[in-house]
Amino acid sequence: MARITFIQHDGTEHVVEAEPGMTVMEAAVKNSVPGIAAECGGACACATCHVYVDEAWREATGTPEQMEEDMLDFAFDIRPESRLSCQIKVTEALDGLVVRIPEKQT
Amino acid sequence: MNDTAINDTVIKTDAVIIGAGPVGLFAVFELGLVDIKAHVIDILDRPGGQCTELYPEKPIYDIPGLAVVTGQELTDKLMDQIKPFGAEFHFNQRVENVERLDGGFRVTTDAGTMIEAKVLVIAAGGGSFTPKRPPLPGIEDYEGKSVFYSVRKMDTLRDRDVLIVGGGDSALDWTLNLEPVAKSLTLLHRRAEFRAAPASVQKMLALVDSGNISFKLGQVTALHGEGGQLSSVTVKGTDGGTFEQPTEIMMPFFGLTMKLGPVADWGLELKDNLLPVDTEKFETSEKGIFAIGDINTYPGKLKLILSGFHEAALMAQQAHKYVYPDKKLIFQYTTSSTNLQKKLGVK
Repeated sequence: MARITFIQHDGTEHVVEAEPGMTVMEAAVKNSVPGIAAECGGACACATCHVYVDEAWREATGTPEQMEEDMLDFAFDIRPESRLSCQIKVTEALDGLVVRIPEKQT
Repeated sequence: MNDTAINDTVIKTDAVIIGAGPVGLFAVFELGLVDIKAHVIDILDRPGGQCTELYPEKPIYDIPGLAVVTGQELTDKLMDQIKPFGAEFHFNQRVENVERLDGGFRVTTDAGTMIEAKVLVIAAGGGSFTPKRPPLPGIEDYEGKSVFYSVRKMDTLRDRDVLIVGGGDSALDWTLNLEPVAKSLTLLHRRAEFRAAPASVQKMLALVDSGNISFKLGQVTALHGEGGQLSSVTVKGTDGGTFEQPTEIMMPFFGLTMKLGPVADWGLELKDNLLPVDTEKFETSEKGIFAIGDINTYPGKLKLILSGFHEAALMAQQAHKYVYPDKKLIFQYTTSSTNLQKKLGVK
C-alpha cells in the first residue's frame, strides 16, 4: 500500500491508502477526494484530473509522456510540476506521495 | 406515422432522441423495430458522444460479444446497425426548449430547428459538451462580448484584434480561418508544440514566418477591460515573467467539458443532476419523456453502455404505447421474425 496526500487549493488535506497498480486519479476518486473530476474516467482525454506533484516527489513520479503532455494543453495554470493523475501509476516507491489539486479543473 | 412531414418549418415525427452517443444510437434501433421513426439531435458535429469525443481510440472491453472495441469502432458499428431505420440527425445543435403539446412535445434547438414528436428520449449522457471556461476572475462578464468560444459568422470579428489561446485543432482552425478577417491575430500557447493536424500546424507556422500573425508562448492569468470589453490580458511567459498583451477579442480553446445544460429547465424531476426513472419503462417524472443511459438514475444504476442498451429496449416498448395507442405490440425476435427482418432489410 502507498499513502497519498492530496492537498486542496484551500489547504485541506486528504490522506488515502492506494494499492499499487491503480492510478493516483483512481485513488482520489475511490476515496471521494474533491477536486479530481476525471470526466473521461482515466482515458487521458479530458485533463480534469490535473495535479501539481510536490517538489520532493517529482523525480519518483517521472515526466509526462507525449499523450499526457498534449492533453495538459487542455488544463489551466500549467506548471513544471503539472501532471494528469490518471497517468501516474501507484507503486510502493510512491508511499508518502504529496500532490496539490488546482482550484478548478474545468 | 412513418413519414416526416414539414409544415411551416416544423418537422413532425414519432420520436426525438436527444444525444447521439451509443445509447441514443441504439435507441434508434429499438424504436425502429417497433415502427417508431426518430430524429436525433446532438451538440457535437458527429455521432458517438463521449465514445468519439473522449476516447475514440481507446479500447472498451465490456460490450457483450465484442471482446475489444474502440469508441470510434463501436460508434461506426452502431451507425451501420441502425442504417435501415433512416433516422435523421441534427448535429451541432443543442435542444433549448421542450413544450408540451396535446399528445406530444415540441423541441426547439439553438439553431432554430423545431421538431414535434409523440415521445422524447433523453439520452444525453453527462450532459452537453460545452467549451471549458478558463478559471480567470471575471471572465463571465466578457463572454459573448469580447470573449468567444466560437462565432457563427467570421465577420463578427472582422477588423478586430484577436487573441487565440490554445494549441489544439480548434485553436489552429480558428487561427487559419480568422487570419484573413481579423485586423491582427495573435496565437498564444503554453509551449511551441501543437496537438493538431500537421497540415494546420504547417500553415500556421507559415503565417507566422510571413508576419501575417504572431505566435507567443505563455498562459493567460488575468483579463483587463471595462463593461465586458477586453483591452488586454496578462500573460505569464515560460520564463516565469509576465507581460501585457493588448487585444479586443480573446478566443480560448481548452477542449470540452460536460454540463447538464437546459435539461434542468424542462420541469423534470432531478436528483443530483440526473433524471430519476422507473426500471420498467425508463420514463421520467413526465409521461412520454424517457431518460436512458448515463443521464438517468434508479436504484442499482450502473453507468455502462450495456445498461443503456437494455434501457433503450424497454423504453421502446412503452414508447410504442404512446405512438400507437390502438395497436398491441407482440414481442418478436430478430432471429426468427420475418416482419422484423423486413424492417432490417435482411429479408
